[in-house]
Amino acid sequence: MSLLELTWGWLTDPMNWSGYAGIPTRLGEHIFYTFLTVVIAAAIALPIGAYVGHTGRGRVVVVALAGALRAVPTLGLLVLFVLLAGIGLMPPIWALVILTVPPILAGTYSGIAAVDPVVVDAARAQGMREDQVLFAVELPNAVPVIFGGIRAAVLQVIATATVVAYTNLGGLGRFIFDGLSLSDYPQMLGGSVLVAALAVVTDLVLGAVLRLFGPRSPSARKLPAPEAVAQEGMS
Amino acid sequence: MEWATENLGRILSLAGQHLVLAVVPLVLGLVISLPLAQLVRRHPAWRTVLLTVSSVLYTVPSLALFIILPVILGTRILDPANVIVALTVYAVALLVRSSLDALDSVDGELSLAAQALGHTPVTRYFQVDLPLSLPVLIAGLRAISVSNISLVSVAALVGMPNLGILFTEGLQRDFVTEIVVGLVAILILALVMDLALVLIGGFLSPWARLAAGAGPRKTATA
Repeated sequence: MSLLELTWGWLTDPMNWSGYAGIPTRLGEHIFYTFLTVVIAAAIALPIGAYVGHTGRGRVVVVALAGALRAVPTLGLLVLFVLLAGIGLMPPIWALVILTVPPILAGTYSGIAAVDPVVVDAARAQGMREDQVLFAVELPNAVPVIFGGIRAAVLQVIATATVVAYTNLGGLGRFIFDGLSLSDYPQMLGGSVLVAALAVVTDLVLGAVLRLFGPRSPSARKLPAPEAVAQEGMS
Repeated sequence: MEWATENLGRILSLAGQHLVLAVVPLVLGLVISLPLAQLVRRHPAWRTVLLTVSSVLYTVPSLALFIILPVILGTRILDPANVIVALTVYAVALLVRSSLDALDSVDGELSLAAQALGHTPVTRYFQVDLPLSLPVLIAGLRAISVSNISLVSVAALVGMPNLGILFTEGLQRDFVTEIVVGLVAILILALVMDLALVLIGGFLSPWARLAAGAGPRKTATA
């Protein structure tokens, strides 16, 4: 049997679709890590990004910090956190959070900064307070760019959450590393295919969410592609 | 510190391997995406196809790609070609968009003026369009160079020798120093690459530096 047939066999084996270490469990873990990381990172990055975008204060610091954080290798941060903070759910999650803050921060900050100043001034002229300007004018107008940042962040976490299986957690990466240590290539390949599929499907779903629930004006509905967001703050 | 000086030879050799795995995809990415971008500009119907395909490819996680590629390429799992091809795929996905944006941003009147001055399409491309799109291209290359340096270390998980080996080894040996040394070495490498790209960009487009200094303000987004 060829490798592809063996991998297909692994992917469709009912044994692999049930139990404590089955594909649904690992998939659930993977989605849970991703969700937890993105929620924590967004709780940190959204307020800071909104503040910097609204006031323009600390722009240089934020752009420099976001750029520098991008250079930090995930794997290194991950093993460092695990060695220093010990086994458990949170050390790897914190390492993931640190890597997830930059894209959300860049999206929020640049989204708000890019709102037409004429619109913002018009809101002030109408007598809006600063908090109303931010929440009722700037944030709604920045939704597509902010959402683009979050989408890039989610994809990055799905990719990186594969690596946390190397330390002590589960997730789809478990199949890759278990397969690696057992020289079980079909299992490795099956795990890789599942991760790739999860990323592509998630990307499609997030794109559809914005089209369904995002701003209605056709110009504002255009979502920046993840690879375009990856460059935010680089130049 | 002591550990780093004692193992300097090994660290430098890993750094060298790391650099090769990160730089080759950068060059290949540029060589592949520039003609692709030009082709799509000539045949706009293919533009959406190219951008969609690169978007999907960019979405595939690196570790998965490192493992899937040997099957497609028929290489062995420890073949450096897997890493180089994987990172080239990401580089092309990002650079195709950058080069399209960059070439589109060139003022149409300038192109017409160049044509009036007797430029053929080929000389116009190399002497007018390409140089003018350089700043945007360099920005794209910088983004890729930073993420490449970081992604190469992931390949250490399947046993590929590079600075990422210091991480896997450090975890197995419960040795924090080794991990910190690896982190610092990778950050230095990323910084050096970034600096090199900025210098190359400045050297190739001296007018851009003048324009940036004279302009009202620099925008933060690429």
